[in-house]
Amino acid sequence: MNLTLADLTDHGELFLRGTALTIALTFASLIAGMALGVLGAAGRRSTLAPVRWITGAYVELIRNTPFIIQLFFIFFGLPKLGIRMGSLEAAFLAMSINLGGYATEIIRAGLDSIGRGMWEAGASLGLTRWQSFRLVILVPALQKVYPALTSQFIIILLGSSVVSQIAVEELTFVGSYIQSRNFRAFETTLIVAAIYLLLVLVFKWICAAIDKRVFAFARAGR
Amino acid sequence: MTEFTLWDIVRNLLLAARWTILLSLIAFIGGGLVALPVTLARISQNPMLRAPAGAYIALLQGTPLLVQLFLAFFGLALIGFNLAPLAAAAIALTLYTSAFLAEIWRGAIEAVPRGQWEGAQSLALTRWQQMRFIIVPQALKMGIAPTAGFSVQVVKGTALASIIGFVELTKAGTMIANATFDAFRVYGLVALFYFALCYPLSLAAKSLERRMAVKGH
Repeated sequence: MNLTLADLTDHGELFLRGTALTIALTFASLIAGMALGVLGAAGRRSTLAPVRWITGAYVELIRNTPFIIQLFFIFFGLPKLGIRMGSLEAAFLAMSINLGGYATEIIRAGLDSIGRGMWEAGASLGLTRWQSFRLVILVPALQKVYPALTSQFIIILLGSSVVSQIAVEELTFVGSYIQSRNFRAFETTLIVAAIYLLLVLVFKWICAAIDKRVFAFARAGR
Repeated sequence: MTEFTLWDIVRNLLLAARWTILLSLIAFIGGGLVALPVTLARISQNPMLRAPAGAYIALLQGTPLLVQLFLAFFGLALIGFNLAPLAAAAIALTLYTSAFLAEIWRGAIEAVPRGQWEGAQSLALTRWQQMRFIIVPQALKMGIAPTAGFSVQVVKGTALASIIGFVELTKAGTMIANATFDAFRVYGLVALFYFALCYPLSLAAKSLERRMAVKGH
């Protein structure tokens, strides 16, 4: 094996573009997935039984099937129902729906950890159930499960490599493309791995910084 | 052109599911065996053991499983082993599983209250004896539910072996979908197959979690 820096610099721009798309896809899916997760968690605790069943089925289906099958079903399967989309849209949709399923369960655990007293405090202020959820309960509930959420985000970031299989030109796809030109499969893949590792480290650091700022209230009283 | 009936599809997926199960078993058992020394090194009092174990876990948890599969596949070819996709997939999935299990088990061991170590020490047990008679039996209780839960991730992880050409459930699904032009039905069925494999494991993990929680308190 002889790994030279030229492998990286020759294709620097390609690696950069792939990395940028990986970051953009992950970031967009985090936003959409978290929104789904909050809605799903509210649905899991709904007073309407059918809403609970549907969100429950969603969570179990997502958590007990591989991401790649979810992706293939959306991209290759849905056109049969007339739902066609480009590979980038399919990747975004699959990643968001996937995160949404896990986030639903994590956020629900957070909501369960909030005592009845908080709900009663909301009600005594004249807030509706939904207002109490949004204004009183949600943020402390998210704070309780923040570590689990950030691990899930990292799983989504790393899982995004799978969307290379429907030709989304993110980091892993770029790696495959480059090695098909330079015939240095192992070295190129090592560089790809190193970039992912760097992304994860930076992401963890950002999550810790967010924790410090957004959830400062949790430490203030202690 | 031959027609694929629903039964043809199901039968072929059933045959392929055997390979998914085999690969999952190899990865889970192999991963458990590798995770044992990694866990011990990770909680060792010697930093020369602790640091490499920490780096091993960070590397495997900080890179995508797909990239690890590529590295095993290309890397083994590079050093002269032109291995079958099964071998490369087994190696990559074993290492991947070991990192996560080691982290789960470390958590379980560290969750045993410090007083238990001190109590064991005061009985003049060696560190190995403390571990074996006092700590591990308690840690096992805490670690068993997340370990069972992780088996679901292993089964789902084997789906990525399809990408390096190993014919398991996902690869068989792709081949059938390409032959039948009916990706909707085929991937729907493949999803059901995975669900049938994973859901019982999820339920088992959940029930273990409940039982251990009741016993622990």
